[in-house]
Amino acid sequence: MTFLTVENIHHTYFTKTSATTALSNISLTVEEGEFVSLLGPSGCGKTTLLSIISSLLKPTQGTVLLENKPVTTAKNQIGYMLQQDYLFPWKTIEENILIGLKLSKQLNQNTKAAALRLLNQIGLAGVEKQLPRQLSGGMRQRVALVRTLATEPKLLMLDEPFSALDYQTKLKLEDLVSQTLDEFGKTAILVTHDIGEAIAMSDRVFLLSPSPGRIYKTFTMPEELRNISPFEARNHAAFSSIFQTIWKELESLEREKE
Amino acid sequence: MSEKKNKPELLHKNYIQSLKIEKRWVGFYQAIIFIVFFSSWQLASQKQWIDPLLFSSPSKIWNLLLEKIQDGTLVSNIGVTLTETVFGFILGTLLGTILAAILWWSPMISRVLDPYLVILNAMPKVALGPILIVALGPGYSSIIAMGAIISIIITTIVVYTSFKEVDPNYLKVLQTFGASRWQCFKEAILPASFPTIISTLKVNVGLSWVGVIVGEFLVSSRGLGYMIIYGFQVFNFTLVFLSLLVIAVFATIMYQLVELLEKKIIKE
Repeated sequence: MTFLTVENIHHTYFTKTSATTALSNISLTVEEGEFVSLLGPSGCGKTTLLSIISSLLKPTQGTVLLENKPVTTAKNQIGYMLQQDYLFPWKTIEENILIGLKLSKQLNQNTKAAALRLLNQIGLAGVEKQLPRQLSGGMRQRVALVRTLATEPKLLMLDEPFSALDYQTKLKLEDLVSQTLDEFGKTAILVTHDIGEAIAMSDRVFLLSPSPGRIYKTFTMPEELRNISPFEARNHAAFSSIFQTIWKELESLEREKE
Repeated sequence: MSEKKNKPELLHKNYIQSLKIEKRWVGFYQAIIFIVFFSSWQLASQKQWIDPLLFSSPSKIWNLLLEKIQDGTLVSNIGVTLTETVFGFILGTLLGTILAAILWWSPMISRVLDPYLVILNAMPKVALGPILIVALGPGYSSIIAMGAIISIIITTIVVYTSFKEVDPNYLKVLQTFGASRWQCFKEAILPASFPTIISTLKVNVGLSWVGVIVGEFLVSSRGLGYMIIYGFQVFNFTLVFLSLLVIAVFATIMYQLVELLEKKIIKE
C-alpha cells in the first residue's frame, strides 16, 4: 500500500486580471518512512503543492490520498514546518510546543510528558518557561520541530525550514531533523531550493519546472547516501556527481525558459 | 589587575549617574514651566493685564477648590463624571473590539459594512447627543452612551486593521493543527493585537472625556461638564477653570493607569 498518493493535481490561482496555472498534472507517490524533496527554482509552485498535500488549500483538480483516504479527513495526521519558526512570542516554550495538542484536544498528562521529553531529546532541556525571544534562531527552529512532532503526525511537511538560518546552524539542524525523523520512522516531504540540502537529506528528489509547475525529473539517491547523516552525505564521494547532474538539469530548465 | 576588572563597573556607574542627572534636569525644566505659567497668570491677573473676570487667577481657583471640597459638591461632581467616563470608556473599547472581531470573523459582513463605517467615522458623534437624550432619557445612560459612542467606531476600525495585519503564517501554523476560526482568533489574532488595543485605549481615554463632558453640557444637572456650563451661564469663570483643571488631573490619572496596564501586559 502506498502511504501517500498525489494524483493529477492541477491548481490555478485566479485574480481579477488573470488566471495563473501554478501546478499542472502533478502525480507522485511516497512510501512510509521515506524522505522526499521537492526541488526547483522559485515560483514553481513548491509551497502550493505542499499546502495542497496538507489540505490547507483545495486544488482546482486532483486528489491527495493518505493511506488511501482523502487528506481532508486526515486532520492532525500531517505536521507542517514553515520557513521561520513562527513560535507565538507571547507564549512560553512549553505553551508553544503544547499548542497543537491543546487545539486538537489531545492534551493530557501522557502527551504533555511526551512533548517535554521530546524537547529534552532535541537538546533543549530547561527552556520550558522561557519566551521564544530569549532563544537563538536555531533553538527556536528546534522548538518549532518539537511543536510539529508533538501531535505525532504521520507525515511531515518541511517548507524550507532551514533557509532562514546561518550555514553552520543549518547543517547541524539538518542532521538533527534527519536523525529525529529516522528515530520515529516519520515520512517527510521537504521543499527546498538548495540542491545540496535536497541530496543530503532525501531518499528521492523531485525536480520541478516552473510556470506551470510540473515534475520535470525524479532522482533516486544511491543507497550509500541514504544511510548516512546529511553532513556525512555532503562529504561523500557520490555527492558531487549527483550535485552536478541535478545542477545541469536545473540549468537546462532555465535555458528552456529563455 | 583588579583595577582593570573594576573598569566596566565604574563606567557603568558613571553612565547611571549621567542618566540620573539628565532626568533631574528634565524634571527641573518641567517644574520651571509649571511655576512660570501659574505665577505669570497670577501676576497678570492681579495687575489687570488680563481681565480677571474672564481669566480668573490661580489663587481664586485655589480658594474655590478648597470651598468646593469643604461643601462636598466637588467630590460628588467628580464622582459622577468619573463614573460616566470610566463606563463610557470601557463600553466603547469593548464594543469596538467586539465589532472588530465580528468584522474579522466574516469577510462578507466587513465588505458590506465598510462604507457605513467610513460614514459613521467621519460623522461628528457629538451631533448625536440630542437623539441619544431623547432615546435614553436625560440621565446617566445617555451620557455614558455619549462617552462610548464617540470612541466605538474608531476603535472598531483601528482594531480590525490590526486583526487583519496579523502575520498569516501564525494562522497557517494553527490551521495545520486543525484549529477552528474561534481558536485562531483566541490563540493568535487577539493576543497579537493586544499592543494595538492598548494604544487605542490611550486614545479612547481622551475621547470618552470629550463625550461625557459634551453629554453633561447638554443634559446634566451634576458633574464637571455641568460645572463648566453653569459657570459659563452665571459668568463665574473661576468655576470653569477649576473644572478644567480637575478634568486635566483626572484624565491624566486615567491615562497613567492605562500605561501601567500596558507595561503589565507587554511584559508578558
